[in-house]
Amino acid sequence: MSESAVVNATQESYESPVTPESWGKFGMWIFLAGDAMSFGALLVVYGALRAATSNWPIPAETLGIGLTAFMTFLLIVSSLTMVKGLSAVKRGDIAGLKKYLGLTILGGVIFLSLQAYEWTHLIHEGLLFSENPWGSALFGATFFSITGFHGMHVTGGVIYLSVVLINAQKGKFSAENYNLVELVGLYWHFVDLVWILVFTLVYLI
Amino acid sequence: MNEELNYKPETSTHEEPNYMKIFYWLCALTAIEILIAIIPNGPFYPNLLQGFLLISTAVWKAALVALYFMHLKYEKRILGTIAMIPLVLMIMALVFLLNDITVPEATAEDVSSSEVESVLED
Repeated sequence: MSESAVVNATQESYESPVTPESWGKFGMWIFLAGDAMSFGALLVVYGALRAATSNWPIPAETLGIGLTAFMTFLLIVSSLTMVKGLSAVKRGDIAGLKKYLGLTILGGVIFLSLQAYEWTHLIHEGLLFSENPWGSALFGATFFSITGFHGMHVTGGVIYLSVVLINAQKGKFSAENYNLVELVGLYWHFVDLVWILVFTLVYLI
Repeated sequence: MNEELNYKPETSTHEEPNYMKIFYWLCALTAIEILIAIIPNGPFYPNLLQGFLLISTAVWKAALVALYFMHLKYEKRILGTIAMIPLVLMIMALVFLLNDITVPEATAEDVSSSEVESVLED
């Protein structure tokens, strides 16, 4: 049954402009759209609370841009290594795929370490979920919610990438079979995309 | 299941975008963004303009990631449509909240000024 369903699905994609050519990709995009709604809600509420609060601290002064600018650069680089990995597997270069997946994971781990360092530093300075030495307590609540939610996504991404890397080690991918690599790539780029918005809205504005 | 795993997506036939070029663009835009953020506000560079420029640059960067790294430019329209839904909802949420955003500040000012007036009258 499943065989015929798959055959039908692939045939259908050439006939209809609506159905996607990969159901896995279709599913991942639906998941990402739902996830984007969560991030969207958090960011919109952040903006609304900030605009409505008079003693909101200036993030650039209290948080510092240098470290997070480097973290942004790191995620952009890890997105690049991810697409390079996908290119490699499309050419049948499995060693290249493993190398680039490893580098992407490394980028994610360094990002998380820097975020842990930043959080520790800020907590020591007195910024907590309900306390903020530089003004409105809502700043701490929203800051930790948004960066924490994103950090959990990076953590999930590192685990997801590691599972794909293990599968690559086991020789499960080839130039004809790389759908799962493409899917993990979509997730990872989404995490990068969200950070681009978080960096601007929470750190720069 | 195996057939699906082995299935090579149709999109692989499209020409691969120049990933390095996108990467350089993202780096350059990040540098421009930081510049926009650190230039101090003045009469010719109000806070609102700064915010507008920062959000525009961020949306530009996000679009580059979605279109090229996530291949949305080369996908069927259905995936782009799915991606647009949260964006539309986000804008709707923002519009609905706009009313509330100005209210607390105005109320606070009104209260304080009316308080001052009542004190002066006394």
